[in-house]
Amino acid sequence: MSPVEHETSAQSEKLSEYRRREQSITLSEVDRPGGPPDAAGDGEPGETRQELLTLNFGPHHPATHGVLRLLVTLQGEVVRDIKPIIGYVHTGIEKTAEDKSYWKVIPVIERMDYLAYYFNAMAFCGAVETLVEVEVPKRAQYLRVINLELNRIASHLFWLATSALDLGAISMFWYCLRERELIVDLFEMSSGQRMHTRYFQVGGVIEDVPRGYAEKLRSFLKLMPGRVDQYRALLNGNEIVLARLRGTGRLDAESLLALGVTGPLLRAAGNPWDLRKAQPYCSYGDFDFRIPIGTVGDNYDRLVVRLAEMDESVKIIGQALEGLPEGPYMTSDRKVALPPRHELATSMEALIHHFKLVTEGFRVPPGEAYYPVESPRGELGCWVRSDGSAKPARVHMRDPSFVNLQAFSQMAEGGYIADMIATLAMLDPILGGIDR
Amino acid sequence: MPDATGLELIGQELGSAVLDTVFFRERATLVIEPDSVRDVLAHLRGEGYAFMASLHGVDYYPEEPRLGVVYELLDMARVDRISVKLRVHSQAPEVDSAMPDRPGDRGWPTAVHQEREVYDMFGVVFRGHPDLRRILMPEDYEGYPQRRDFPLGGEPVTFTYNDPKRPPATA
Amino acid sequence: MNPVDPERLRVRELGATQLLRGAEIEGRTQPAHLEGEELERHVEERVMTTTLDKAVAWARSNSFFPATFGLACCAIEMITIVASRVDIARFGYEAFRASPRQADLIILSGRVSIKMAPIVRRIYDQMLEPKWAISMGACCSSMGVFNNYALVPADKFMPIDVHVPGCPPRPEALMHGVLKLRKMVQDDPDSSWRERYGAVGTEEALPGA
Repeated sequence: MSPVEHETSAQSEKLSEYRRREQSITLSEVDRPGGPPDAAGDGEPGETRQELLTLNFGPHHPATHGVLRLLVTLQGEVVRDIKPIIGYVHTGIEKTAEDKSYWKVIPVIERMDYLAYYFNAMAFCGAVETLVEVEVPKRAQYLRVINLELNRIASHLFWLATSALDLGAISMFWYCLRERELIVDLFEMSSGQRMHTRYFQVGGVIEDVPRGYAEKLRSFLKLMPGRVDQYRALLNGNEIVLARLRGTGRLDAESLLALGVTGPLLRAAGNPWDLRKAQPYCSYGDFDFRIPIGTVGDNYDRLVVRLAEMDESVKIIGQALEGLPEGPYMTSDRKVALPPRHELATSMEALIHHFKLVTEGFRVPPGEAYYPVESPRGELGCWVRSDGSAKPARVHMRDPSFVNLQAFSQMAEGGYIADMIATLAMLDPILGGIDR
Repeated sequence: MPDATGLELIGQELGSAVLDTVFFRERATLVIEPDSVRDVLAHLRGEGYAFMASLHGVDYYPEEPRLGVVYELLDMARVDRISVKLRVHSQAPEVDSAMPDRPGDRGWPTAVHQEREVYDMFGVVFRGHPDLRRILMPEDYEGYPQRRDFPLGGEPVTFTYNDPKRPPATA
Repeated sequence: MNPVDPERLRVRELGATQLLRGAEIEGRTQPAHLEGEELERHVEERVMTTTLDKAVAWARSNSFFPATFGLACCAIEMITIVASRVDIARFGYEAFRASPRQADLIILSGRVSIKMAPIVRRIYDQMLEPKWAISMGACCSSMGVFNNYALVPADKFMPIDVHVPGCPPRPEALMHGVLKLRKMVQDDPDSSWRERYGAVGTEEALPGA
């Protein structure tokens, strides 16, 4: 974090073109008429010119939010302008996805928003299922809901751990990650991988859940609400956290909507928009849960909303687990889904289908579809364009953090730099999703 | 989604700006003239589609006009989505930016980063954008990576037959 | 034994000086006047000798200060090894330092894009000797899942000591990699990476120079 002083215009020719364009373009100098120093010496209070300090919050910084670079323009300790510079973890995921067949895109697309991996896969699978017009069986939908909500809890836990670490409440880190380990154990039980499980496939899920999964999940669900209450008590009893979060980073719902912000940020400002209730997908309409909303739209509300969302997710998982229907976990349309292995020994068609699906992949009729889901950060949408072949022609992920980051400068302007850190923590940016 | 008739009505209201209406898999898309994008967006905002969910680019290589920009709009009150699509030639890829305010038409501030991304990845220039520069690639990068004729790049995978450090097998 | 008691201290002092001579101390009969081979064996059983290099290498290897350098998904698993299930503090590596000047181990966790590569190199150069690098995950070791225009494998711009495969590697796998590095450092007391890799002409190139 090296301070770079904003130079007067005479000296700025020395800066390279690149550096000059990096500087704040909205606010560069502030003239304060009537300031104290009497520079002219004529008995009148003269005009003082203040230069603003441009601070580079480099891509490598102690906050654990990923490689986000911020050019912060400060007047003393008050933030006047923030320009985020992104692209430091740009991976070309969308272009890589154009090169692979549809089911091979799923592992690639999962690694975009790397804390909400099931949601990435859900958005993509949903878009492709819309294009292919295949129906996902009910059991697969319930299993998807269970995993999605578990992922939501895991994402919120990790967010809480790192945000509290940023604010200084370091003990939250150990507790939240302890719970996250339990969830990740469940993921490992059902799919074999802790993160980036390629569990969701087009047409259903890749495998049914093993024996013992339901018991383990039930014991986790019994444990979790008590833990969330403990976290709430820990944070609500901490005066420093309350003082840092109450009233800071406030932005009203109107501006948030104009900026395209969705998710817990919008709900904390009072707008109850949640895709699970508004446009139910994947059997969310079968479950009874509430949407927590805040009133003021400051950082404290965002914290409270996310904690409450964890509680609601536990409820949804409980209902999904009790109501888990029997049936197939994958669609039986052999043009899209792999046949079960025992059929390969007896049926010739199954063998041919298997061969075609594994080597070439299934073909999707030409068209374009946009499929939005409600990820822990907001509306995560996947727009797929297919041209009739086995590889997608364009996959675009509308990432919520990418759009939410635009609201960051408005949220933090006018506050202190310490409030900016708290706001960044409460914004929950995931750079993998921002940079794709 | 507006159903097929609703889509036709919107298309008729917009008149000459609309080149085509597509209703595919229960999803409504308006294909419009590139120059009328601000008017179309303003009209749709008046209809209730006040939230721009996504702004992204497509490359329809090798058909011309090649570069497309898609706007996904959402009506929160009636829970309706509509897509607006426009296509520009790669020789003259210029579109009016959706971001700035115009007299009588508020801009869409959500378009700032998203239009920069479309510029970075496809080369579509947005007229009137306050700060159009590359957002994901380094500033001095040349080329528009997500165009279909841009190579995927990457390192070649070394097997034994093309491993540069291994002495070639003698026949 | 009360260590402060001056008489006992004197006895222990005498005991130490006369250890090799095999004198009688406190009624315990010591082997008297050992010579030659017996003396050698007597010494070997009681005194440990080592070279200074090895001692320093032992100390260095057991107290890496990793730099907090998380890039992408592997960073999540790297943060998990600090947490309580796979506890990196058991081995002494929990002191993650934010400033590269104070760190000696950089764990590259995640994909290195072309925009980030010069910055990673800069941070690696800011670290002081002796320093080590672990490339965690498939994306920085090779290109990983994404073999495309936007990524750079870490071997192209900095020397890596241990590559940990996985996408993302389990915390236990990363722990195994760190312990392998510890063994490497313990065995090889020569720590400057330029000597280790025979690197010629690898001085930092400053921009504009």
